[in-house]
Amino acid sequence: MLALLLRDIRLATRAGGGFGLSLAFFLIVTVLVPFGVGPEGGTLARIAPGILWVGALLSCLLSLDRIFALDREDGSLDLLATAPIPLEGVVAVKALAHWLTTGLPLTLAAPVLGVLLNLPQTGFTWLTFSLFLGTPALSMIGAFGAALTVGLKRGGLLLSLLVLPLYIPTLIFGAEAAKRGAEGLASGTPLLMLAGITAGSIAILPFAAAAAIRVNLR
Amino acid sequence: MSIWEYANPKKFMQTSSWALPWVTGLAVVALLTGLVWGFFFTPDDFRQGSTVKIIYIHVPSAMMAINAWAMMLVTSLVWLIRRHHVSVLAAKAAAPIGMTMTLIALFTGAIWGQPMWGTWWAWDPRLTSFLILFLFYLGYIALWEAVDDPDTAADLTSVLCLVGSVFALLSRYAVLFWNQGLHQGASLSLDKEEHVSDVFARPLWLTMAGFVLLFVALVLLRTRTEIRARRLRALEARERMA
Amino acid sequence: MLLTTERLAIARGGLRILEGLSLAVAPGQALVLRGPNGIGKTTLLRTLAGLQPPALGAVTLPPEGAAYAGHADGLKATLTVTENLRFWAAVYGQTDIGAAIAAMNLAGLTDRPAQNLSAGQKRRLGLARLLVTGRRLWLLDEPTVSLDAASVALFAEAVRTHLAAGGAALMATHIDLGLAEAEVLDLAPYRPGTPAAGQGDDPFGEAFA
Repeated sequence: MLALLLRDIRLATRAGGGFGLSLAFFLIVTVLVPFGVGPEGGTLARIAPGILWVGALLSCLLSLDRIFALDREDGSLDLLATAPIPLEGVVAVKALAHWLTTGLPLTLAAPVLGVLLNLPQTGFTWLTFSLFLGTPALSMIGAFGAALTVGLKRGGLLLSLLVLPLYIPTLIFGAEAAKRGAEGLASGTPLLMLAGITAGSIAILPFAAAAAIRVNLR
Repeated sequence: MSIWEYANPKKFMQTSSWALPWVTGLAVVALLTGLVWGFFFTPDDFRQGSTVKIIYIHVPSAMMAINAWAMMLVTSLVWLIRRHHVSVLAAKAAAPIGMTMTLIALFTGAIWGQPMWGTWWAWDPRLTSFLILFLFYLGYIALWEAVDDPDTAADLTSVLCLVGSVFALLSRYAVLFWNQGLHQGASLSLDKEEHVSDVFARPLWLTMAGFVLLFVALVLLRTRTEIRARRLRALEARERMA
Repeated sequence: MLLTTERLAIARGGLRILEGLSLAVAPGQALVLRGPNGIGKTTLLRTLAGLQPPALGAVTLPPEGAAYAGHADGLKATLTVTENLRFWAAVYGQTDIGAAIAAMNLAGLTDRPAQNLSAGQKRRLGLARLLVTGRRLWLLDEPTVSLDAASVALFAEAVRTHLAAGGAALMATHIDLGLAEAEVLDLAPYRPGTPAAGQGDDPFGEAFA
């Protein structure tokens, strides 16, 4: 399991691994927003938590199809499915590797981009904390979507169509927590809900995703 | 005699060919009576005027939008646990009907909302929930279309339906948390706290029954088509082999 | 027995392609599957490996018994030979990769990324992966594709060593490996006859019978 985690992280950070692409995408999306809505600081400050959450979500989406599709292409997925580690574990570990190489960097980059969007002083902690709690759910749900579409030649677009509706609760609670934090309100409830979604996803989705992979491999 | 006998394609084809005309007939009668009664023989609402009459389409279609997904959830579970092909084909058949019901509910809602709230659309929890439900239907149908092998597609869509149901419920509560809305409370409820008066309710019950029957008729019809399509596919495959 | 099947039937795309296959593989035995393209060698091997369920019948394997190698080698292009092997060894709970590198003559290539290997070298690396699994039964699908004569001999030698150590191999291949002890199983007799209308794997046939 540890070997798989290390391998996936190593693959992501090697040339052509796509590490950094999501980050760059996140940066560009955030930079584009002021061009769209205007440079007025008050407006930007109000929408900053939401924009950063949507941006992080879209950047995360970008790299989802790599989770299983590459392993499927080179035959590794067949071999992993016949290996002595349970497929549920493979899914969980690969989702974790995806989070470490995508969700975590996005979380760390968000405060920097928050400066660009004039995010109020009080909002930084809550934004980072909500992303830290919520992005693992994004990776896990995404891994489930990737498992569903792993057998398809052009699965990328379908993957987005399947995953985005599943992202809605995470986005609502995450952005709400960040927004309330930025406005100086108590954000305990949405944060708890967010943590609940993450915990629930990690507990249940590896089984669903492993089932989907088995179906796709046969 | 157990209910599982109807999961046998032969039994299903026999029973449905007998039942389909009856269900269709009853659906037409219930819908026509309910709609004519509701549109022409009920008084205008003292606040909402005649616009209230869209309730006879809006409420039943909204109800069926949710019930269709619930039915898909049950039939998907039956497929995953007992591997009855008819069950999952019924789920496949129900999806576009459910999606259409969702669309009807959204459109009639917009038409009703415009004179009442002065806006076609508001990010009200109920409206938003239906929009999200529509997205779930879209994903489910798209996955069926994308996967070539029918049994693989059946398994994958069933897993999606299961997981989707959990997340659809989560979305429902998330949306309630996110925005308190304009929408009135439930039109009908069993505890009689606050709902429409009996004058409006009676034809409404009738149109709801009509929508249920219409849904059953359409699902039966589409499931029969799906069974025939699968049979055709199997025959073609065998011909290629021979 | 390292593998037994009982009246196994397998299907591809909803159609029965092999039926009534009962076989047993004992330690030290090598079994070569023969048959024309499309007869179901790959599907059979995937079924035995547990990647797809049999249409009928049963496959019995001791737990953690088999290692499967398909058409694709499961190599990561950006990882080196050593990294690729170390990963698979770790997955199977093994630590020693030196023997596998020596057996497949990869000693000069250990630090090269897999993307810089030739097709034959990649295949050798893929076969070296089998050696680090420590499994007793090998399920091999066309193991000698893109190997030159010397490498085929190398592979045959590896199989022989494996058999001598109490292992067994079941492989689909068209070329002669020079393994005198290998038995040949022709799959042609297990092809199902044309099924009568309303039978076979079509679950909807009976609806119209």
